[in-house]
Amino acid sequence: MSAIAVQGRLWTIRLRSTPTITMVAAVALIGYLLVGLFGPLFISYDPVATNVVDRLLAPGAVTGDGSVAVLGTDGVGRDMLGQLVYGARTSIIIGVSVVATCLVVGLAFGTLAGYLAGWTDVAISRLIDILMAFPGILLVVMIAGLFDRGIAVVVISLSVAGWVAFARLTRSLTFSLRERPWVDAARLIGVSTPLVIVRHIIPFVIGPITALATTEFAGAVLTEAGLSFLGLGLPPSSVSWGQAIASGRDYLDTAWWISAIPGLALTGLVVSTGLLGDHLTQRLGARR
Amino acid sequence: MMKHALRTAATGILIILGAATLVFFVLRIAPGDQALVLLGPDATAGEVAQARVRLGLDQPLPVQYWHYLTQVATLDFGESYRFGQPAFGLVMSRLPATVELTLTATAIAMFGAVLGAVAGAYRGRWIDRGISGLALTLYSMPPFWIGIMLILLMALKFRLLPSAGTGTPAHIVLPALTLAASFTALLTRITRSSVADTMAEPYVQRSYAKGLTRRQAVIGHVVRNAATPVVTISALHIGTLLGGAVIVESIFAWPGLGSLLVSAVSNRDYSIVQAAVLLIAVIVVTLNTVADLLAAWLDPRVRLGAKA
Repeated sequence: MSAIAVQGRLWTIRLRSTPTITMVAAVALIGYLLVGLFGPLFISYDPVATNVVDRLLAPGAVTGDGSVAVLGTDGVGRDMLGQLVYGARTSIIIGVSVVATCLVVGLAFGTLAGYLAGWTDVAISRLIDILMAFPGILLVVMIAGLFDRGIAVVVISLSVAGWVAFARLTRSLTFSLRERPWVDAARLIGVSTPLVIVRHIIPFVIGPITALATTEFAGAVLTEAGLSFLGLGLPPSSVSWGQAIASGRDYLDTAWWISAIPGLALTGLVVSTGLLGDHLTQRLGARR
Repeated sequence: MMKHALRTAATGILIILGAATLVFFVLRIAPGDQALVLLGPDATAGEVAQARVRLGLDQPLPVQYWHYLTQVATLDFGESYRFGQPAFGLVMSRLPATVELTLTATAIAMFGAVLGAVAGAYRGRWIDRGISGLALTLYSMPPFWIGIMLILLMALKFRLLPSAGTGTPAHIVLPALTLAASFTALLTRITRSSVADTMAEPYVQRSYAKGLTRRQAVIGHVVRNAATPVVTISALHIGTLLGGAVIVESIFAWPGLGSLLVSAVSNRDYSIVQAAVLLIAVIVVTLNTVADLLAAWLDPRVRLGAKA
């Protein structure tokens, strides 16, 4: 843990040395992003509007108004393609918001604990230990389940459980960074603590933190889907892959596609994120 | 060793106290009046006020907190309004089913350690690529979706196994497989990197020089040394497994702690939520403490304070 490679060129992507599989994953991720961002523009119907006539249509079937339901329809006649596209948007919005929140909070607490050490560190570390006592989804289920349903509550509940990973990593990295000569030098010439942290600590933890962010994004997307699957996540008015999978449970015998397709989409998103994350961890990650 | 054990145990107790505090505040901040939940929407204002006094909700927060702590310490979480029974008893009665499920899943997941060791020993070869790719895919699948797909294939299409409930030994197969899926993948990944790291150690290189084959070196020199991080990290994730049980039990109507918690949260049955969440936290902290001690026993560097 003592050796932290100085990552000078974090943001220059060296395409030639990137493995093919990582490239494929990156392209897939960009695809998901584009679908989430612009996909809804190409869908002319309301993804949550129900239509009893067109319920449980198989993929490729023709709906009542003459259009083709490429991926079929669900138990209340909603088009699966619409569910898929709007669900991608929901997942990405939640994943990005959670990671952003966790990153800011985790970076702040982690650098403070690692840099100030002493009692600040003891207090923050104990808080982290306490939150770690609740396995992943437990805290999320409790918070999201007891508060009124909505996207903000889901993001908050996931963040309460998620910032800990960032704080732990940042703390351990900062611990060894604070002993480095350039940090001592900055302190000696009277640079203030916040500025030392921002200028001389954070640039060196950004690499490993970016690698962690990809894993945490995948985790947040999966947990949100799980939460919505249990009916404790997003309200029924929003479209979420977890809800779509849950809504197909009653029709597994007759309409397998309702549950199967969103799950495949979700797996694809998480696998691509994971592949990219593994690559980033290898290049920028701290050894854990 | 003794000193280390005592310090670890003391920290564990402190963490449990903190966890109880956190649960207390989450439940107090959560919207919705517990007295109202208890009495239902038809209660008069007078009845609600009475219930608030009875539950101690009219007291100042510090008094409520102290009251809560003494209750928790005596394992008295109040009665579940839905079942009309003490919450702690209900939660405890659901625990064996969850333990049975998680232990079965853990046993299945041990297969991942074997796969990981093979992948780590042959890093970069096709067998490593195959195993790693499989592990990543399995790890990326939503556990609840795996459950649904298993029901679709094994219960509905081929009618091999029951899709939900308990009773026969066959009932545990699908929930246990579902719960084991991501843990197996995780164990594969951890073991792979631990074994691969150990393979690069000088003493393993030396064993080749001594004339050992790769297989002999792995069995003789790598496995034990690579085991420490695997044991500690997987013990840390037994908690995740318990968390996963929350979802898996709900899918398969498995009568454990997890399905009880989900229904309690949906119905705002606060006493059960408190009891279940705290029980899981205590189990997790205890397991982590044991894992910590186990790591100290396996690797002297840990107990002597050096960073492992």
